[in-house]
Amino acid sequence: MQPFAFITVTGEQAARQAAAYPDARYLAGGTTLIDLMKLNVERPSTVVDINAVPLAAISELPDGTVRVGAMVRNSDMAHHPLVRDRYPLISQAILAGASGQIRNMATTAGNLLQRTRCYYFRDTTMRCNKREPGTGCAAIDGYNRIHAVLGTSEHCIATHPSDLCVALAAVDATVRVVGSKGARAVPFGEFHVLPDERPERETALEPGELIVAVDLPPLPFARRSVYVKVRDRASYAFALASAAVALDLSGGVIRQARVALGGIATRPWRAHEAELLLEGREASVEMYRQAADAALAAAIPRRHNAFKIELARRTLVRALSRAEALS
Amino acid sequence: MIGAAIDRLDGRQKVTGRATYSAEWPIERLSYGVIVQSAIAKGTIAAMDVSAAEQAPGVLAVITAGNAPKLPQGGQAGVNPPAGRALTLLQDTRVRYNGEPIAVVIAESFEQATHAASLLRVNYHEEQPAVDIMQALPTAEPYTKKILGQFEPFSRRGDVDAGLRDAAVVVEATYTTPLETHNAMEPHSTIAVWERDQLTLYDATQYVYGVKRFVAKTLGLRDDQVRVVSKFTGGAFGSKGSAWSHVVLAAMAARHVGRPVKIVLSRRQMFGPVGGRPYTVQRLRVGARHDGTLTAIDQDVVSSTSTFEDWVESSTLQTRMLYAAPNVATAQRLVRLNLGTPTFNRGPGESSGTFGLESAIDELAWRLGVDPIELRLRNYASVDPETGLPWSSKSLRECYERGAERFEWSRRTPAPRSMRDGDHLIGLGMATATYPAKRMPASAAATLTADGAILVEAATHEFGTGTYTVMTQIAADALGVPIDRVRFELGDSNLPDNPISAGSMTVSSTGPAVHAAAVALRERIRQAGADPSDVESCRRIIAAAAGAPLSATAAAAPGAEKARYSMHAFGAVFAEVRVDPELGELRVARVVGAYAAGRILNPKTARSQMIGGIIYGLSMALFEHTAIDPRNGRYLNADLSEYLVPVNADVGDIDVLLLDETDEHVNPLGVKGLGEIGTTGVAAAVANAVYHASGVRVRDLPITIDQLLAGSDR
Amino acid sequence: MTHMRSTSSVLVDVELLVNGRRLPLALDPRVTLLDALREHLGLTGTKKGCDHGQCGACTVHLDGRRILSCLTLAASASGREITTIEGLADGDRLHPMQQAFIDHDGFQCGYCTSGQIMSAVALLDEPCGPGEADVRECMSGNICRCGAYPGIVAAVQAVRQGRG
Ligand SMILES: Cc1cc2nc3c(=O)[nH]c(=O)nc-3n(C[C@H](O)[C@H](O)[C@H](O)COP(=O)(O)OP(=O)(O)OC[C@H]3O[C@@H](n4cnc5c(N)ncnc54)[C@H](O)[C@@H]3O)c2cc1C
Ligand code: SF4
Ligand code: FES
Ligand code: FES
Repeated sequence: MQPFAFITVTGEQAARQAAAYPDARYLAGGTTLIDLMKLNVERPSTVVDINAVPLAAISELPDGTVRVGAMVRNSDMAHHPLVRDRYPLISQAILAGASGQIRNMATTAGNLLQRTRCYYFRDTTMRCNKREPGTGCAAIDGYNRIHAVLGTSEHCIATHPSDLCVALAAVDATVRVVGSKGARAVPFGEFHVLPDERPERETALEPGELIVAVDLPPLPFARRSVYVKVRDRASYAFALASAAVALDLSGGVIRQARVALGGIATRPWRAHEAELLLEGREASVEMYRQAADAALAAAIPRRHNAFKIELARRTLVRALSRAEALS
Repeated sequence: MIGAAIDRLDGRQKVTGRATYSAEWPIERLSYGVIVQSAIAKGTIAAMDVSAAEQAPGVLAVITAGNAPKLPQGGQAGVNPPAGRALTLLQDTRVRYNGEPIAVVIAESFEQATHAASLLRVNYHEEQPAVDIMQALPTAEPYTKKILGQFEPFSRRGDVDAGLRDAAVVVEATYTTPLETHNAMEPHSTIAVWERDQLTLYDATQYVYGVKRFVAKTLGLRDDQVRVVSKFTGGAFGSKGSAWSHVVLAAMAARHVGRPVKIVLSRRQMFGPVGGRPYTVQRLRVGARHDGTLTAIDQDVVSSTSTFEDWVESSTLQTRMLYAAPNVATAQRLVRLNLGTPTFNRGPGESSGTFGLESAIDELAWRLGVDPIELRLRNYASVDPETGLPWSSKSLRECYERGAERFEWSRRTPAPRSMRDGDHLIGLGMATATYPAKRMPASAAATLTADGAILVEAATHEFGTGTYTVMTQIAADALGVPIDRVRFELGDSNLPDNPISAGSMTVSSTGPAVHAAAVALRERIRQAGADPSDVESCRRIIAAAAGAPLSATAAAAPGAEKARYSMHAFGAVFAEVRVDPELGELRVARVVGAYAAGRILNPKTARSQMIGGIIYGLSMALFEHTAIDPRNGRYLNADLSEYLVPVNADVGDIDVLLLDETDEHVNPLGVKGLGEIGTTGVAAAVANAVYHASGVRVRDLPITIDQLLAGSDR
Repeated sequence: MTHMRSTSSVLVDVELLVNGRRLPLALDPRVTLLDALREHLGLTGTKKGCDHGQCGACTVHLDGRRILSCLTLAASASGREITTIEGLADGDRLHPMQQAFIDHDGFQCGYCTSGQIMSAVALLDEPCGPGEADVRECMSGNICRCGAYPGIVAAVQAVRQGRG
């Protein structure tokens, strides 16, 4: 770990002031940041501890939006009645991730900003465009079993590893941030960006901007939703493929569908193509298969990860079938 | 007392955090060493800029090939496995694998040392490495020396080609096992302390005497200048049976800075420099008549080693003795790769070898339409078929029977994909487990102290096997005193000499020495006019001797039994798997292992050890593989998030049956050892169950979703 | 509002409240809670297995909840209540979970054990289902390479079911 200055702040204002130091980083749960600092992948000059900033509440707004503070711990979010009852896919996604200890540390904002588990990104002796722009991507023709098949570019094929974000993508969450130019709301679909030519840039966040909350819009049919995660071991492992699904079914017909995929894409992957195909159709496994084919139509396999395309399809079919069974 | 299921005597220390592992000794003026590793797999270091590291805050020294002391014979003076390995001790600028030590940075604090280590700038002349076993396979060469000085590298009985011609059915297949990294939970760690020319090493090891002798030789010291202490080791599985580079480097660093130095390897650093199970590529040909009688077995094993030390994974040994086939040939070949040197890994040889052999036997059973247990019984070896020697004892038939009964093997319907539970496919599979019963010379001391307590000492090791507990039981039993009168001390090379704790031979080696020392002390106490079981009388004789304690020492060594008997533990392992036919997800719901391994000294710790061995086998079956970058030999998944081992949720019901077995020949205690056998056979049992469940025959470990998906429904 | 600012050469003042004791320290800000316990306070019961949040050996309680001390900066834990394995027993009287681990042989080498026990104790106050499968899932953040899992599950169930 490179030496850094350590600052503790208790308010938003102070946090943003401190974050104005060059190469400053906020410290929330630390489960991504400290890990990567130990690997010399993150080398902040200043660490701004925001654990004392009061952003840890979950509340309901008058319009029914559920506002989750940036510093709410993932375990608290998963078990909160407003989340658990109204957005089961979110609770399930969180509880399918990491471990009890990590979920007690990890925060809402931190989870959005976690970095890829790409081996080459985490090893400073290897080439990596995301870590050191312009050095090349060692994964594209290296060992890429855990890498993405959707949203990739010739410059980066790293998987976005979050489970929570897949569920947030499905429900159209909004990320509330404050920065030097004031407060703004970023739709979830615009929060994470594709790697394209600049894989080092992962989100729409500007330097120094502080996430203060994530808003979950009212979505009544999300009460019947699921998150299905497939991984190499039964627990404490990242997804090989996952799917977050909510279905609005009436008389066997799908009125609305929300579908997002994880473990296979460079960012939390909302599958609009699949939704379009499903909406207005009669629910059936055949329909789900078609939707899954549509969701994966643009997938690009690499040497070791081709299996993920079929796995993701089947994971999605499974999730849709389960969601249907709930309704 | 022997045979009692008593709680671990070191349990209290372990559950309160008071057991002292090697990195935890409080040492004055301690400094921290961090090893810097190569970033290429083959070549030489052209230039190394250490200035930034040297100037970093808190740095005491940076040791490289440029300033490291020259060691006798280029640092190779002590090479003599198992303890003494060919190491990297900064004697030259060659690089032979990715992650090889190239420097040590010593600083006041761990944080300073780790940071400074990242500041070294290294330029290499890089050469093309060989890191892909499959590509390098054509370069495999027959190994011709005795494996570890003990086992023939090849075997031949009868005429395999003729046997295969006689066969009605021949299974011919290649099975592979990947590079596996032990990953004991405790990282390798060493604290080196010099007091003038005396060196003390607090080391995480399975072999204090081995480390002592090896380090002394390597540094050009007398044996009596080195002491090695290791009171608790946090898991080993073979990885800590050798003194690896960091041990010697810690001693060199401590001398260099004139202060004690602690080196704790990071998890990442445990991939490569401290051994692992090598790749194996096993080609098997097994032939049988229609009735299931085996006519021939041919096993050719290629395993990988480094470019600078030969290490053979002896995966052929069980093939020579398990079945009464008339024609058997085995051979071991080696491929040299630019990777770290492999070493023992739980059930070395047999764990990988039984995957090949017992998978092939299962394939044969299916082809013949014979029940897998029945096929094994038809070829049951009533004497060692290779040597013709009688078994010292063998209860494998009972293991098959009792295991099958407990597992309810009879409910298995033979056809693949014929058993279901809801949406899941169910598969039942089995395999044979076996491991040789070994023994080495050992010694022990027993002392009656003034308070009437008895101290028993032997320089053996505790890394979870229950050594403190079992040795105390043996001594108390021999002395005829209650457990709480005896204290057993281990893990210090100032105590009586003992062999490596590996190969399941701690109890069979050290046990008889402890027993003999206890018996000798018992006789001395009696001669002095006291009754060992009467504390008061014991105290009196010590008081009468002006407080001088009464001691006895004893040595115990194997005799001629090895020439007269073939000595092995056996077992049968059964696995029930559930496969999700759409997603390819695989779970092992249940394992039953039935073992006969001689006398069981403590059923409680023994059962745990068998469960642990089985889980280690499940880990081989389902998860473990060290991913190597095909271009530069980098260890890619070098952490516990990407190198998968089982978590609690992966482990279903595990049922262990320990059969009564009396063995009057193997050693005076009649024990055969338990540490390794649990891991053998498990991967094959799981693979066989997976085939039964899904119809997919997996011949390459680990069995992952990718493989099952390929052969599944849509 | 800014409580502390330090640079590399400047140590930060932290006050760790460990097992009911108030322990002031001046630390390099890079020191993790785990290393503060092990290297600075001599509390070596908390173990380092991976140093990256991947094994659970370093589990301690922070403000009553289980967390990983290897991914927590000591400075960040300043002023918050920390319980380690050394703080569980009441003098010579073991915590029921410690005793249950002995009774059910929930360990072998003992290296993961502190973390397992700290997790298991925290679990008693978490929404973990009643079954063995629930315990297995809730305890999956603590790797045991010796494979003591069945004993660990038995120990946790014994305590939860009041069979201490
Ligand atoms: C072993 C392991 C296994 C894991 N498994 C999974 C898994 O299966 N599924 C899964 O989804 N995740 C998994 N994770 C990832 C984990 O969920 C994330 O590390 C965690 O959510 C990050 O949150 P944090 O609060 O700890 O973030 P931190 O590490 O504190 O911060 C992460 C980043 O976010 C920035 N940041 C934090 N808060 C703010 C804010 N309010 N405003 C702006 N920037 C901010 C920080 O500066 C930093 O750059 C795993 C992690 C580990 C270590
Ligand atoms: S995939 Fe992305 S993160 Fe991985 S090496 Fe390539 S550029 Fe780096
Ligand atoms: S040491 Fe903290 S999780 Fe492994
Ligand atoms: S007891 Fe050894 S790692 Fe768990």
